[in-house]
Amino acid sequence: MKILIVDDFSTMRRIIKNLLRDLGFTNTDEADDGNTALPMLKSGKYDFLVTDWNMPGMSGFDLLKAVRADEGLKTLPILMVTAEAKRDQIVAAAQAGVNGYVVKPFTAAVLKDKIEKIFERIQ
Amino acid sequence: MSDDIKGHRGLEPEVTEKLRRQAAELMESVEGGDYARSMTLINELSDVRDQSLYQEVGRLTRTLHEAIRNFQIDPRSQEQKEVLSVMTDASDRLAYVVQMTSQAANRTMDLVEESMPIAHTLRDEAVVLREEWQRLRRREMQPAEFRELYGRIDAFFLSVTKDADIIYNSLSEILLAQDFQDLTGQVIQRVTALVKEVEEQMLSLVVMASHVDQLTGTVHQIDDQDVSAEQGVGPQVKAEEREDVVSGQNDVDDLLSSLGF
Repeated sequence: MKILIVDDFSTMRRIIKNLLRDLGFTNTDEADDGNTALPMLKSGKYDFLVTDWNMPGMSGFDLLKAVRADEGLKTLPILMVTAEAKRDQIVAAAQAGVNGYVVKPFTAAVLKDKIEKIFERIQ
Repeated sequence: MSDDIKGHRGLEPEVTEKLRRQAAELMESVEGGDYARSMTLINELSDVRDQSLYQEVGRLTRTLHEAIRNFQIDPRSQEQKEVLSVMTDASDRLAYVVQMTSQAANRTMDLVEESMPIAHTLRDEAVVLREEWQRLRRREMQPAEFRELYGRIDAFFLSVTKDADIIYNSLSEILLAQDFQDLTGQVIQRVTALVKEVEEQMLSLVVMASHVDQLTGTVHQIDDQDVSAEQGVGPQVKAEEREDVVSGQNDVDDLLSSLGF
């Protein structure tokens, strides 16, 4: 299970990386916005994407749409972990095809729960 | 400040008086057919308008200047003095807050990442030893095995002492890493005070501008700017007071399940 973590703050990437490791996912890579993430996703054979929304450069929402529009990537499970809390935004993310939405600040239990739910639904 | 705004709501009494006098004079001269005098009076009237505007703008500039000059941190310690003296504006200060918080977060995570495997190893060894200990109690252990267990328990006690010290020291360093809150708190309070002050000055500028609009009869067409949420707007403060914002993960889950997720 190879996971890409996208967040513009290295602190948040590190927190998510640690939580994922505790959940048994040790194969993780990091990117700081959509522009860096997209080429990595296209060449890196990732199984799961965890992304923030608000980032300079390419936002997580644009990354979500780009992934869904890409023939090779469109089935990649995506979990959004973000401080964006407007109802309209959550609806928009759902319509764009996000698989899970975790709002910051979050707990380890919530992250675990959402990741497990995503994999349950896929299998 | 609110008194100040109230004080500016109308024109200065002497200005009103002057306008009234000049208007009466203007009426008189127009009715009397003295057009040259009328034109001079019209010019004087607009001068009065301009001057009161300049006065208001001048007053605003002075107060803004004062606000910016007042925006200096009183250095209490030598260390802060050095750090803070190099910073001259609010954005530098906020960048300093970002840097301090990021340093503290990384220092804390370094220590946590060092401590976690130690706790893990201790736990694993304790589990093994406990199993062996049970076997010993059930008298299932050969003398050779017991000698090995004896040594292992001895080593375990040693490592517990050593590792507990390491973890304790990490925890106490994590505690110290939270000292950024004091410095960043002070900086943020200063910046907040400046923003508030600027906000109040802006408000009085708006009030002053509305006087000018009244005098000139200007009506502004103000379009509501629709901020696109696509790029992301960051964390919401006072989320519980707003209808269009979720107040936590439960709200998100409810919303998504109402959409069929």
